[in-house]
Amino acid sequence: MSSLGRSWRSRLRLLRRNPPLRMPSTLKKLGILGMNERNGEYISIYNKREFYPLVDDKLKTKQLALEAGIATPELYGVIEIEHQVRDLDNILGDRQDFVIKPAQGSGGSGIMVIGGRRGNQFLRSSGVSVSRSELEHFISNVLSGMYSLGGLPDKAIIEYRVKPHAVFDAVSFQGVPDIRTIVFRGIPVASMVRLPTRQSDGKANLHQGAIGAGIDLATGRTVDGVWFNSVLDSHPDSGNAVRGIQVPDWHLLLELAARSYDLTQLGYLGVDVVLDAEHGPLVLEYNARPGLNIQLANQMGLRHRLEKVRALESVPTSANERVALGQELFGEA
Amino acid sequence: MKDFHLKALALFLSVVAIGLCYYKTERLGVPLTPQSSAQVWTAEATVRFNGKDQSAKINLAVPKTPPGFSVLDENFISAGYGLATDDVGANRVVQWAARNLSGPQTLYYRVVLTEDSSAHRDRTQPTPNYPDIPEYSDPERAAVFTLLDSVRARSADTSSFAHELLRRFNDPTPEAEVKVLRDEAADATAQVEQIQHILAGARIPSRIAHVLPLAGSLRHGSLTPWLEVYNGERWLAFNPRTGAAGFPADALVWYAGDMPLVDVAGADDASVQFSALRTSRDVMGLAQQRARLINSDVLEYSLLSLPIATQNTYKILLTVPLGALVVVLLRNFIGLRTFGTFMPVLIALAFRETELLWGCILFSVIVALGLIIRFYLERLKLLLVPRLASMLTIVILLMAGVSVISHKLGMEHGLSIALFPMVILAMTIERMSIVWDENGPKDALLSGLGSLAVAAVGFLVMTHPLAEYLAFVFPELLLLVLAFTLLAGRYTGYRVSELWRFRASARAITNKQ
Repeated sequence: MSSLGRSWRSRLRLLRRNPPLRMPSTLKKLGILGMNERNGEYISIYNKREFYPLVDDKLKTKQLALEAGIATPELYGVIEIEHQVRDLDNILGDRQDFVIKPAQGSGGSGIMVIGGRRGNQFLRSSGVSVSRSELEHFISNVLSGMYSLGGLPDKAIIEYRVKPHAVFDAVSFQGVPDIRTIVFRGIPVASMVRLPTRQSDGKANLHQGAIGAGIDLATGRTVDGVWFNSVLDSHPDSGNAVRGIQVPDWHLLLELAARSYDLTQLGYLGVDVVLDAEHGPLVLEYNARPGLNIQLANQMGLRHRLEKVRALESVPTSANERVALGQELFGEA
Repeated sequence: MKDFHLKALALFLSVVAIGLCYYKTERLGVPLTPQSSAQVWTAEATVRFNGKDQSAKINLAVPKTPPGFSVLDENFISAGYGLATDDVGANRVVQWAARNLSGPQTLYYRVVLTEDSSAHRDRTQPTPNYPDIPEYSDPERAAVFTLLDSVRARSADTSSFAHELLRRFNDPTPEAEVKVLRDEAADATAQVEQIQHILAGARIPSRIAHVLPLAGSLRHGSLTPWLEVYNGERWLAFNPRTGAAGFPADALVWYAGDMPLVDVAGADDASVQFSALRTSRDVMGLAQQRARLINSDVLEYSLLSLPIATQNTYKILLTVPLGALVVVLLRNFIGLRTFGTFMPVLIALAFRETELLWGCILFSVIVALGLIIRFYLERLKLLLVPRLASMLTIVILLMAGVSVISHKLGMEHGLSIALFPMVILAMTIERMSIVWDENGPKDALLSGLGSLAVAAVGFLVMTHPLAEYLAFVFPELLLLVLAFTLLAGRYTGYRVSELWRFRASARAITNKQ
């Protein structure tokens, strides 16, 4: 009886120390940015709608980036109409690995990564094999807009499959870790790396169980990782430390992110970069509505940082100076 | 100010909405809560007289802006008579005229009234002269002045003076001076006249108001005299029997003053009889009638002027913004996830026919069956549009199947499934299966349940009788909804779901600091 009472009381104490809901004033004080504020104060003001198509259509993004000299995964080919599905062989040639994705996919959906071929069988990165006809059906679905914003007819992009840089090998399970940087008015304000786990099925999606690890802007070194809302020190699959990994080519990566602002004209931009073993940092895609998870990964609120940048009367025109400014303002080391 | 333009617009919309609504409730008497009927009185005066083979004129006093009522309709039933109405001081007189009348004649005046609390206007007309002190007879003089002096000592103003005088005058154990003045045998009118006679001793203007008590259904009724006293600004009514202030409830002030009720020239044996009948009438019909009487076009150009079938459609359509409001609240303020922005509103509309519990069950059954078939279709590798078309066909067949089976089982609720928006259902199944594949069953089920929850709340709001009534009768209130949703468009605070989502971050940041 007494033990029951004590456990009940201790549970209550735990609940009081760690309540399921936080007061809005607490979150505000900690500088956490909410969805409504992101939409109303940043996206709707700093992102002009006319520039959305540039980032919503990955094909356009690729072409623009190419012109601006920003590295992206090599484009193998585009399938625009159903009939062209038959040309798949011409596009693929004898390439063993490639990625197929919708040009206007939303939220990373509809991406098929092929890691190898065995005759008419294609091996997905997850290890599942896909037949030629299944592949064609997938492309048809992409073309019909099944994975696209608004369900409009779409194009299928076939491109280079990134070979992940070895730096994250110890802390990722299959898949490709990607580095998301929030760039506000051209200044990098926060960065994180998303590490796939067994649970996330090799996908770099925090919601599905990938680890998010914040990156210190000044040094390019990872800080604590967050997995499903709780801080963790080591990767759940490999047990290796998540903290303190130095991202190679860090300055180059930030510069890519900062230059993306000139390219897209979007004031509030999410830049997703992958580190390729051969080609270095490659811009995978841009996001005009980057999510709020970066706050979880970095364990800090975005809002104070955004307000600092918003208060600047002008931002430097050179991407290099903007990177330096971002590192100076928000670097922790 | 932040978002000044938006706030000004929202304020403007709110003012327009509330202003129109106020006008309709206060001026036209449209009730704010759903009532199907209101009290309507029909009062009738029957004038009988004998013609004398010559031209005759009959003047009858009739109500003019009676306090506590508004007049909906008036009839002067009088074939073959010339008719004119005229204002005489505070009263209104109808004059019938005809030549060569012989034998018994009957004329009717009928007025249709409804109780109207806003019609309690002050009675100020006419402004009287102060009466001269009458030439009282000797014993009377002493009694009047003794009474008036003692009443004056116990009163502060005209109103309390009249009240005190009436109280003393009607005292069951009267003082000596009252006994002298009171004539027990006199009829009600004569008694009020006697009170007027005494009041004149204090130079207080007074008059008799003739009221028709409306209680129950009245036949062969007559007018009751009531005392009105002028306090220098307006006429105050008193019950001459008790001294209680005001006119009785459910009594119609027919006319006031010394003039006769009926005045006949060229005829004789004139008499007037009153009857009254209480009926219930449709409230909206009343409001429309009243609007017509005061020449207001507000209701003339309202939804009430449409054919009934169209009205019924709008009764439903006008609640849709309320459903949209629920979606805004639950998505932007609470943070629920749904399939499609307004899909839950359409589902909620379907719930109108199925009712809530059965609606939820049928929705879940169709979506669950649809999902199973959709997963099977996935293996056939169909293109998107043909696949959607197939799903639509399958959904309709499923609906038909559920109807037939539930009918056979004697569950008539299953029949109403026919009103589910099948295209929306097919799209929901399609989207849910994609989310299922991409993000796993948990996300798909959460969004599905979210949609169902929003639909349920939307249904409860949209079908609330008060909400339905207000949206239809006061469509301008939807401008208020619009103002709110406009403001919500600039709400940048946290969603409730975020208070949960960031709980770990909040702890971590607090620890770090």
